Amino acid sequence: MMRFFTALTAMLFFALPAYAGFDDTINEITAPIATAIGSFVFFKINVFGAALPLVVLWLVIGAVFFTVYLGFVNVSGFKHAIQLVRGDYADPDSPGEVSHFQALATAVSGTVGIGNIGGVAVAVTIGGAGATFWLIVAGFLGMSTKFVECTLGVKYRQENPDGSVSGGPMYYMRKGFEERGMGGFGKFMGTFYAIGIFIGALGIGNMFQSNQAYVQLNTVAGGRLDGLGWLIGLILAAVVFMVIIGGIKSIARVTEKIVPFMAIFYCVFAIIVILMNFTSIPAAIGNIFSGAFTGAGVQGGAIGALIIGFQRAVFSNEAGIGSASIAHAAVRTPEPVTEGYVSLLEPFIDTIVICTITALVIGTSQVADPNFAGDATGVAMTSAAFERQISWFPLPLAFGALLFAFSTMISWSYYGLKGWTYLFGEGHMGQTIYKLIFCGFVALGCMVQLGPILDISDALVFLICVPNILGLYFLAPIVRREMISYKERLDRGEIKKYSH
Amino acid sequence: MTNSVLVAVDGSDGGARALQYAAERAKLGGAKLIVTYVIEWSPYSFNTPEENAERHKRREEEIDRATSGVVEPAAAQLAAAGIEYETVVRHGPPAETLIKLAEKFGVQQIVIGRRGQSGIKNLLFGSVAGNLVQTSPVPVVVVP
Repeated sequence: MMRFFTALTAMLFFALPAYAGFDDTINEITAPIATAIGSFVFFKINVFGAALPLVVLWLVIGAVFFTVYLGFVNVSGFKHAIQLVRGDYADPDSPGEVSHFQALATAVSGTVGIGNIGGVAVAVTIGGAGATFWLIVAGFLGMSTKFVECTLGVKYRQENPDGSVSGGPMYYMRKGFEERGMGGFGKFMGTFYAIGIFIGALGIGNMFQSNQAYVQLNTVAGGRLDGLGWLIGLILAAVVFMVIIGGIKSIARVTEKIVPFMAIFYCVFAIIVILMNFTSIPAAIGNIFSGAFTGAGVQGGAIGALIIGFQRAVFSNEAGIGSASIAHAAVRTPEPVTEGYVSLLEPFIDTIVICTITALVIGTSQVADPNFAGDATGVAMTSAAFERQISWFPLPLAFGALLFAFSTMISWSYYGLKGWTYLFGEGHMGQTIYKLIFCGFVALGCMVQLGPILDISDALVFLICVPNILGLYFLAPIVRREMISYKERLDRGEIKKYSH
Repeated sequence: MTNSVLVAVDGSDGGARALQYAAERAKLGGAKLIVTYVIEWSPYSFNTPEENAERHKRREEEIDRATSGVVEPAAAQLAAAGIEYETVVRHGPPAETLIKLAEKFGVQQIVIGRRGQSGIKNLLFGSVAGNLVQTSPVPVVVVP
């Protein structure tokens, strides 16, 4: 079977360059659609000359509100989050359930994706070095949003008759609002979100990922895959198909186990590159701070940098999207708020650590050679920054990008499916239809240019944020009450600590 | 305190030999046996979202399988021989979990079977017996 695929691939590679125009056709068709969706969802208002998409404002206000409302839980809860992940509070008499560490690792695997490599480059290209500063601020505030989402995700999850669990915003909205005597509204919101996530999964967790994986492969191949996006797309879609429809779970399991190591590998080499550029470090950091407040050379100045930073941060760490709460809902704990604490660490790892490292790789390269990447953007730009110092790195980076993209796609296929089954039930036929659609979009992602993909993906992501954050405002008092009660019991020593 | 011995079973031949050995000695010395099945598990592994969602179900299945497939037959064997026993099925890293249980039950000895795995596997994953011998607070008998 494998040999057949290889032969087929090789044949297509050499025989079909004539069809390379296919990608262009697809592009021509999708670009106007993307622009239309983008302009609708990104309804913009003018703030001091910068165009501020309303949805970005929506997310920022939400994150700031939750941070203040919960007494800066993103700072005060950090230490406790680490203790929980370490297992200090795990009851040794009931092991074998999903641990806090496992839930965190799974959620992080879903969020650490191409956004961390390519998305940061997009932010820096459009928003200048200053966007990095706002990216970090957004990550910091996003920690509070995640705290709210994931606490609710566990509190209102549903135990299915077969013993498995389903959770996430659609469940917490339905049940949470019901508790507040607003059952009808809750049902509406749950449905709204479920539609949002199953459509949204096709953008951020699908097309953007496959697109950037292809771009990086093409970079490594020296442009020999130009116009063959459809082919790479089909191959990627075939692998995703094998996992989510063919039930070849071993591929997913192996990926899931490699991804954390790839992330560490990526960070180590990124730090090496930053250190090799050490003479540029002070200037790069200086640019980040000065750019954040002056926005030199950026359309819309400092506000422009802020908008871009926030937009890309959400795209990377998914705070406010509610996806992580689907993953975290699998944890069985008598204290849902503990899962909130653990999830604080996600935006921290994803945005404050990994994105910042990428930004510094690009930033220090820019200081040393402002034109190091030519006109490359996205993951190709990051790759060029690595290549300046470590000539062979684009190859492992392409492999890493492919794996990140793949694991993110697998996670998102699950998130989208949960939205789908919430709406249409657990029927086997329906699930297969969804999965087929999902695979189709994987292929499509490689055929379209980054620009339209970003427009569609961003638009879809924010479509999910609107119902989610709205729901979070209503349900935040429940989270706050749980958090205060938990903290009091923790201080009184009623929450037992079993140190190892 | 009564004389008690922890014996590890896992459905393998080695586990059966360990049980056999422990049962013979328990009968002679009038000791109580703690029949233990450790299901290999680590809280620090990486899973897919689907695996996590199904974890609770799988855990129950694993416990059921260990209980009905291995521990209960072992218990029946001991009951027939008139040996006092208790059973435990527990998830965790094998050596560490056996030690924790040994401490909890205050046993005088741990009996395990040898797995006899290849050198390369030992090198990569370490052997349960090896780890146990190095870290156990009570004497360990490894039945070949």
